Amino acid sequence: MHRGKGVAIWCGMAMLTVLMAGVALAQQPADPNKEQFVPILIYRTGPYAAGGSGIMGGFMDYMALLNERDGGINGIKLVWEECETAYNNDRGVECYERLKAKGVKGAPVVNPLSTGITYALIDRATNDKIPLVSLGYGRTDATDGRVFPYVFPLITNYWNQSSAKVRYIAQLSGGEDKLKGKKIVNLHLNVPYGKETIPIWDKLAEKFGFEVKHLAVPPPGLDQKSLWLQIREYNPDWVVNRNWGVSCTEPLREAARIGFPRDKMLGVWWCGSEEDVFPAGKSAKGYMTTNFHGVGRDFPVIEEIIDKVYTPGKGNLPVTRAGSVYYNRGVIHGIITAEAMRLAHQKFGVAPISGEQMQWALENLNITPERIKEIGAEGLMFPLKTSCKDHEGGGAVRIQQWDGEKWVSVSDWIKPYSDLVRAEVEKSAAQYAKEKGITPRACN
Amino acid sequence: MVYRESGQFKTTYANDMAMFPITQDRWGLTVIIVIAVVVVPVVASNYWITSLLIPFLIFALAALGLNVLTGYAGQLSLGHAGFMGVGAYAAYNLATRIPDMPLLLSFLGAGLITTVVGMLFGLPSLRIKGFYLAVATLAAQFIIEWAFSSIGWFSGGTATMTLDTPPMIIFGYRIHTPRQRYYLTLGIVMLLTLLAKNLVRSQVGRAWMAMRDMDVAAEAMGIRPLTTKLLAFAISSFYAGVAGALYGFVFLTSVDITAFELERSFRLLFMVIIGGLGSILGSFLGAAFIVLLPILINNAATLFVGTVPTNLIANIELMVFGGLIIFFLIVEPYGLARLWHTTKEKLRLWPFPH
Repeated sequence: MHRGKGVAIWCGMAMLTVLMAGVALAQQPADPNKEQFVPILIYRTGPYAAGGSGIMGGFMDYMALLNERDGGINGIKLVWEECETAYNNDRGVECYERLKAKGVKGAPVVNPLSTGITYALIDRATNDKIPLVSLGYGRTDATDGRVFPYVFPLITNYWNQSSAKVRYIAQLSGGEDKLKGKKIVNLHLNVPYGKETIPIWDKLAEKFGFEVKHLAVPPPGLDQKSLWLQIREYNPDWVVNRNWGVSCTEPLREAARIGFPRDKMLGVWWCGSEEDVFPAGKSAKGYMTTNFHGVGRDFPVIEEIIDKVYTPGKGNLPVTRAGSVYYNRGVIHGIITAEAMRLAHQKFGVAPISGEQMQWALENLNITPERIKEIGAEGLMFPLKTSCKDHEGGGAVRIQQWDGEKWVSVSDWIKPYSDLVRAEVEKSAAQYAKEKGITPRACN
Repeated sequence: MVYRESGQFKTTYANDMAMFPITQDRWGLTVIIVIAVVVVPVVASNYWITSLLIPFLIFALAALGLNVLTGYAGQLSLGHAGFMGVGAYAAYNLATRIPDMPLLLSFLGAGLITTVVGMLFGLPSLRIKGFYLAVATLAAQFIIEWAFSSIGWFSGGTATMTLDTPPMIIFGYRIHTPRQRYYLTLGIVMLLTLLAKNLVRSQVGRAWMAMRDMDVAAEAMGIRPLTTKLLAFAISSFYAGVAGALYGFVFLTSVDITAFELERSFRLLFMVIIGGLGSILGSFLGAAFIVLLPILINNAATLFVGTVPTNLIANIELMVFGGLIIFFLIVEPYGLARLWHTTKEKLRLWPFPH
C-alpha cells in the first residue's frame, strides 16, 4: 500500500512536469513575414455561447474566404488563434495577454466580444497600443476618440440605440408628445453591458416625460419569474429586452405566460438573432428588436462564403447557422477588419500591420456604398466613416420583427437623438479623463 | 543525504523555536525568495507575470486568509469572495473619495473595513457551527453581492457599475508596468505571509487550533470563544480584503462585483482544501493548483493538439482539472501540503528507510 502510494505520487508529479514543459514550449511563436495574425477571443461554452460562437464564427469564415479566394489581403495571409474566454473577465484578460504578442508585429486589433472584458482591457490595450474594437457594444463613451484613442465602439453604440428606440416608440405612439406618462421597463442583465444604458434611459425619461423602471436580471438569467411578476404588476406600455444569451429567450416565454404582448417588447441587437428566438417557439412571434445590418443569406458575400468556404468543408460552424443575425454580424466584423487592414497597407506598405498602424486605419475608415457593393455586402452593411473625434462612424438602427420563421424589417433607418447622446458621451468621457489624469487629444 | 542534519545543534532557545529550524529548509526558503524577487522579474515574460504570477499571489493571499479561518480556527466560510469584493470596493472608494489618499493606506483601510464587515458576519459563529455556519457565511456572500450591485453609492454613482481604478502612485512613483505591479503584490504578500506564520505559531494560533479541535474543551480550559472566533474572522477578512483590493487595483484595474461571485468563494475553499487545511504552505500550493493549472492545461493542450476547436479544449481542461483534483484527494486527502510534509520527512531520513 505504501509503495503503491509512492508510485501514484511520482506519476502525478511526472504528469505535472509534462504539463509545465508543455507550457514552456507553448510560449514560442514562429511566424514568417507573410502572415497577419488576428487574435480571436471567443466563447463557445457557457450561457452566451450561441452569440459568441456565431459572431466569431462569421468573422473567421470571412477571413477564410479572403484566404481561399484572394490568397489573403494583398497577398498577406490571415492567421488566427482562438482563445476561450467564457464571457469571463479574468479569462478575457489572460487571453489578451497570451495572444497580444503573437505575429511579427503583435496583434493588430482585439475584439473582446464582451463589454466587461473591454472595460478590463482598456488600460492595458492603450498602454500596449493595440486598438480594441467593440462593434456595437461598450464602452459607449469611447465614441469620443479624443479620450479613448484605442477603443472603437464601431457602427453604433448603446446610447444611440436606446434613443433610437425612444424615437421609434414615439413614431408608433403618434408623436413625441404622446410619450408623456408612458411606462417603460428596462429589463437588463446585471452585468456591465446591461447596466450601461441606465443613465441614458433616465435622461431620455427626463426629457420626454415618460417613466422608466430598471429591473436587473441576475446572470445567467434562466429564471426570471419573479421579475415578470413585477412587470405584470407594473403594467408597462413597453418592455426593453436588454439581455444576452439564454437570458434573451426567457423573457419571451415569460411574456407569453403573463400575456404581455410580444409586439410591445423591444429587444437590443444582442437579443435579436435566430439563436435567441428559436428556442422560444411560438411565444416569440411578434417580438421586435433593433439591428444595424441586414439579415439572411441573400447577399453575395454570404453566398460566396457558403460556396467557397463551407463546400470544401472549411467552415467552422454548422452551415445552417450561416446567414443568422449573429453570423452576419461576425462577417461585418471581418469586413471592417479587412478594410482597415487594406487602408493600413495603402498607407504603410504591404506587410504585417502593427497595433499603432491599425489604430490610424480604424480612425480614418471610410467605407463608401460603392466599396460595399464591390465587397458584395450591399444591404448587409451600411456606409461607415470614422474620425478622430467619432469612433463610432454610423449611428442609425432599424427595427426588425420576428414573424415566426424569419426576421422582417419593419421600419426605415431610424436616426438616434445624436445631439443629446453626443453631449452625454462627451460628459462621461471627460469625467473618465479627469479620473485617470488623461489629457484628451486635440483632433482636427 | 539531502537533509544532513548532523552537526545542527540548537544552543539558544531562540534557535530552537525558530520558524525553520533545519538549515537546509532555511537555504531552500532563501533560494525561493531570491528566485521570486530577483530571477522571476528578469526572466519571466510579461504574460507570465501579469496573467499567471500576479493572480497566483493574490489568490494565495486570499486563500491564506481563508486557511486561517477554516484550517486553523475551524470555522467554515463560503463568503470569502464577498469579503474580497468588500476590500476592492472599499479601496476604490477610499482612493477616489479622499483626495491625495496614499495607495498603501487605501489598501490598509480596505483591509480594516473588511475586518469590520467580516466580524459582523462572523457573529453567528458564536451560536452555530460547521455546516450551519457555512450557510450563514453564504448569506454574507449574497448580501454583499446584492449590496454592491444595487446600492449606487458604493460605485460612486458611475453609469455602468464597472469602476476604473485610479492610477497607482506610491511616494510619487507611478506603478503601472508588469514588473512594478509584481513587486508591489509580492511585497504585500510576503509581509502578510510572515505575519500569518507568526500568528499561527503564537498563543492566538494555538487558541484557534484548540477551538477547531474541541471547542468545548478549549472553553473549559479558559480560551474565550467570543474573542478567539471573532479574531479569526477579523484576521481572515483583513487578508481577504487586502487580496480583493490588490485584485481590483493591480490585476484587473477595474472593480466589478461579477469577479467576486459565489463561484469565486468555492474556488477559494477548494484552494484551501486541496492545498491543505491548517497550513501556510498549503494556501500557496492550493492557489497554484487552482489558478495556474487550468491555464497550463489549456496552453499544453493547444500545443499538443494544434487546431482543435476551443470549446473542446475548454471542456478537456475542465475534465483534466477535475480528474487531477480527484487524483490528489485520493492520493493525499490532507492536501498538497501534507504531501510535501511526507516527502520532506522521508528526505530527512533518506537513504535510510527509518
